[in-house]
Amino acid sequence: MSIFEYNGSALVAMVGKNCFAIASDRRLGVQLQTVATDFQRIFKIHGKLFIGLSGLASDAQTLYQRLVFRHKLYELREERDMKPETFASLVSAILYEKRFGPYFIQPVIAGLGDEDKPFICTMDSIGAKELAKDFVVAGTASESLYGACESMFKPDMEAEELFETISQALLSSVDRDCLSGWGGHVYLVTPTEVTERILKGRMD
Amino acid sequence: MSELAGTIPGKGGFSFDLCKRNDMLASKGLKPPSFLKTGTTIVGLIFQDGVILGADTRATEGPIVADKNCEKIHYMAPNIYCCGAGTAADTEAVTDMVSSQLKLHRYHTGRESRVVTALTLLKSHLFSYQGHVSAALVLGGVDVTGPHLHTIYPHGSTDTLPFATMGSGSLAAMAIFESKYCEGLTRDEGVKLVAEAICSGIFNDLGSGSNVDICVITKGKQEYLRNYLLPNPRTYVSEKGYTFSKKTEVLFTKITPLRELVEVIEVGDAMEE
Repeated sequence: MSIFEYNGSALVAMVGKNCFAIASDRRLGVQLQTVATDFQRIFKIHGKLFIGLSGLASDAQTLYQRLVFRHKLYELREERDMKPETFASLVSAILYEKRFGPYFIQPVIAGLGDEDKPFICTMDSIGAKELAKDFVVAGTASESLYGACESMFKPDMEAEELFETISQALLSSVDRDCLSGWGGHVYLVTPTEVTERILKGRMD
Repeated sequence: MSELAGTIPGKGGFSFDLCKRNDMLASKGLKPPSFLKTGTTIVGLIFQDGVILGADTRATEGPIVADKNCEKIHYMAPNIYCCGAGTAADTEAVTDMVSSQLKLHRYHTGRESRVVTALTLLKSHLFSYQGHVSAALVLGGVDVTGPHLHTIYPHGSTDTLPFATMGSGSLAAMAIFESKYCEGLTRDEGVKLVAEAICSGIFNDLGSGSNVDICVITKGKQEYLRNYLLPNPRTYVSEKGYTFSKKTEVLFTKITPLRELVEVIEVGDAMEE
């Protein structure tokens, strides 16, 4: 069994018209036993920047604490929030530093950059950045998510349509993965507001 | 305080503090993750005025295509570019690092960078990590001494060649080069040959795919032709797209407004000089 399949996770982020959505499942397990059904995988760095961390849950929480620490130092020095591209480079550098003893994490970063242009990217566990213009996926359900997103995604979707698409892609993919599921958690971010929704899914 | 010191940005370089824990997990049967690799076909050739580099654009994670349009031709200096194959994080990190070192060197010497400088910096870094930094590179550029093309292997050995291919698709691309290369090619002939070699890798090697990127470097000028050829367009998209008649059931919604309106109240007679 791979280390990524120890806790199970599913993460997806999609770009819309001047908005983005990032979604995750809610299960925390220890191999095949479920331990929690309300586990937080997507974390806010600042109002317009979110990071989702899939993989080993303890590394996800440790890495999140380290990133929040570095972002707070940056905010104190620069007196402004970090841009998503800069944050992605920071995460990549922190992960590559541990090249020969890595964190077992696959992050998904989503944010609104200059002029509220949406930015998404994902990385492997040693920080190889993968920028995409449409969607990025991570976690144990990633193979199903690739297929679902590839067919359901349309460019330039408005916020409500984007929410519907990302929710359908997430729920249909986690239904085909034993290790993720138990509902969904979706953050939809536009330049004026952040909408956090919890989805009802199959509890098996 | 000693734990905090580990998290504050230090002198740089690798940190090995999670190795013991990872070995313990591996011994308990939990396999380490696979890294993003760039299966790849990368090529370079020298033509009459300079160097042409070419690469495909597929990045794989095991058998899955993780990125359909990644960039494998990395910038090193205005007159030097480098294609990378192997573990994606290693090629990106090593080319970024040497690119920064070259820039500092240019500020220090006040001269344009030479290809052999980049070559020596790359090979000494890769050799010192004994092949564990898995980056196979094709380095090409034009400097005061003329056009140069080199290949660098993950263990640190290098070759200087008139035409070179690396990556899983290297045999397919080398077949094209060996049959059609000659010295003194013109720019158009060179670009056509490089595009043909990369296409041969894209269509015959499973680790390479998607589009062709080309970079033409001549004295004083470089042209980065991103997505020069798109031989694999997505033709099966349905125009209607998906519409979901039954909406997703939502259990809980929370809306947080982002822009906070700050009300400025003008108070008269405040702090008059």
